[in-house]
Amino acid sequence: MSAATPSGAPRRERGLAYRVWARLAIPLTVTILSALVGAVIILVSELLVTGEPFEWGLALTAYGALLQGALGSPDAIVSTLVNTAPLLFGGLAVAFAFRAGLFNIGVQGQFLLGALGAVLVGVWVADWPPILAIPIATLAAILAGAAWGFIPGFLKAASGAHEVVSTIMLNYIAVALLAALVSGPLKVPGSPSPVTFDVGNAAWPVILGRNGHIGIVLAPLAAVFVWWLLRRTTWGFQVRAVGANPDAARYAGMRTKAITVATMTFSGALGGLAGACVLLGVTHTMTSSFGTTVGFDSIAVALLAASEPLLVIPAALLFGGMRAGAGLMQIKAGIPVELVDVLQAVILLFLVARPVLRRLLRLNTVPDEPATPRATTMVPEVPV
Amino acid sequence: MDLAPLMDSLYAIPLLGIVFQAIGYMVDVIPSNGSNILNQATPLALAALCGVVCERSGVVNIGIEGTMLISAFTAWVVGIAINPMFGNPVPGEVFGATIPLVICVVAAVAAAIVVSALHAWLSISLRANQIISGTIINIFAFGVTGYLDQLISKSSPASAGSFMAFTPPEALVTLPVVGWIFEMFLYQGPIAMSTIILVVGLQVWLFRSRWGLRTRAVGEHPRAAETVGIDVLRLRFRNVLIGGVFAGLAGAWLTIEATNSFQIGMTAGRGFIALAAMIMGRWTPLGAFGSAILFAVFVQLSQLIKIAPPQGDLGSIMGSVPAQLWDALPYILTIVILAGVVGRSVPPAADGVPYERESAA
Repeated sequence: MSAATPSGAPRRERGLAYRVWARLAIPLTVTILSALVGAVIILVSELLVTGEPFEWGLALTAYGALLQGALGSPDAIVSTLVNTAPLLFGGLAVAFAFRAGLFNIGVQGQFLLGALGAVLVGVWVADWPPILAIPIATLAAILAGAAWGFIPGFLKAASGAHEVVSTIMLNYIAVALLAALVSGPLKVPGSPSPVTFDVGNAAWPVILGRNGHIGIVLAPLAAVFVWWLLRRTTWGFQVRAVGANPDAARYAGMRTKAITVATMTFSGALGGLAGACVLLGVTHTMTSSFGTTVGFDSIAVALLAASEPLLVIPAALLFGGMRAGAGLMQIKAGIPVELVDVLQAVILLFLVARPVLRRLLRLNTVPDEPATPRATTMVPEVPV
Repeated sequence: MDLAPLMDSLYAIPLLGIVFQAIGYMVDVIPSNGSNILNQATPLALAALCGVVCERSGVVNIGIEGTMLISAFTAWVVGIAINPMFGNPVPGEVFGATIPLVICVVAAVAAAIVVSALHAWLSISLRANQIISGTIINIFAFGVTGYLDQLISKSSPASAGSFMAFTPPEALVTLPVVGWIFEMFLYQGPIAMSTIILVVGLQVWLFRSRWGLRTRAVGEHPRAAETVGIDVLRLRFRNVLIGGVFAGLAGAWLTIEATNSFQIGMTAGRGFIALAAMIMGRWTPLGAFGSAILFAVFVQLSQLIKIAPPQGDLGSIMGSVPAQLWDALPYILTIVILAGVVGRSVPPAADGVPYERESAA
């Protein structure tokens, strides 16, 4: 949102009302349209699939329950925050890589590795004093995630292997690794199902309500840190320069390959933190089916936030709230929680189709084009 | 001729023996699993063809995975819905085909074309970032199929039915030396069998027809193509839709040929592995097919090693690796190949770059 006052803006005489409208029109329209599409999906699937008596109010019931589950009570709000924290870390991971023109679809894998690192070390330090155990387990998660981010970064720099394919493959490898470790060396001996020991003292302390762990404060701080990193440091400038135009960055003497590797590693570290956030903050143990939708939600969060670190906070809140409320929606309206995935995708679709909306709404100014890196292609980086 | 003593002495050599054992194991299992391998290669090859058609004209399609998922789901759902209408017909003589199954395939292809049209509209007409567009399609596909699957499984649906493999004549399959090749190619369902025809057809079409020349021109230098009168945007749009046909067939294979059911996320990364196969095959249909076979060999090996591990030292080494890790073998191979091959495999020059008409620029 850096383009608040476009240089030589010709529409200044249009007045405050128009400018407010121009700024809010797209988010508002996207929200309303997505809710409408969601309602249509609910009603149509109700009509065609379940065969239960048709009621128009079902969509309203569902959305009401969704809102209630996300914001309806202090517990619900804490739940929203707890769901938001990993999305914030993950969203920052995607957003940061995106600023360097790298598409990190592998947050899911980095998330799993982070959780794996956290439980591996967390169980080991479970009896240590918390002041030591917590940072050590968290650091393990960061390192594990960073390692999983380093691999595609290194491959991209060394051979030009496109990070989209390699990160997706690493997601599947992470799932296999996790299953092998949790049902093998990490398994509690004698336990009927594959589950690890509790991380004990390494668990993140609860600071709000019944389960509002410290991650709900750390995650927004991380957003500010990433913003600072991108905007106020030399490295952040280089990251943005490589994202805006890698050739220009190279001619300017920047070591684009080193920046690529470092960016993916840092992005992976943030993904690992998302894993720590869920494992050390919420579950405290790991089962062989450990895994959530955090990785893919993170991509949605970063796209919604146009890769702007501070905007990641509201975007993560939106999707975190939807995740928090989905359970109540399923109980009260019988709508599967997967509806949230659909809604996310619909929101993103409308967001990408922004030019059409803008034409329909007769918005001629372009107040908030997001900083999309130039076309990331399958073309390997060949030195010119 | 008895090779056993020779093999035993070769196997006894440290390290080199392991290599001999590995080769021996592959020679032993690959021919006998030939038809499984080709079957497993089918969705990869079809999805890779989708990638070839799209990327040769300059459109990166990361959304193949999602397109496959949606068409797989469509084939399955349509099967469930229309089977009773036809009075649950008995499987036909050839491939166990019934009218509902054919309709399923058509529906799957239609669904894939619709999804591809969305990708084409976003990435060609609106000039959105093609990777973002594809990613959104993947998220959407995962969400919408998961959501509907949850709703449908509440009412414990009937079966959608599935194609059966063709049974080649006994005399052909039992031929010495070449029998396994016949079995590999003939003991297949209809989609798997037609894949080979599609691969060859597309290869010829891409390199010997006017459409193929135009496609390649648009993928390499759209500006030049437009100056000689080719409608770049229209050709790209059409190619993405044609790609959808292949992705749709790949999806239909998942639910009504390979299995008889739908699981959430059942594509399991095949759409992405296919992209690696396409890159490894240097953006040619035949090359992509060959790479798809290679990947399928490793998919098959990762399963076989768990069921029937090799004998000797190699077997004990393999046995010490947790079974779950073998599932990761095809994915690891994809990364290794991508890293090793991609530098020498050159994509179409305008791949992934949205095109803006001269007049509009």
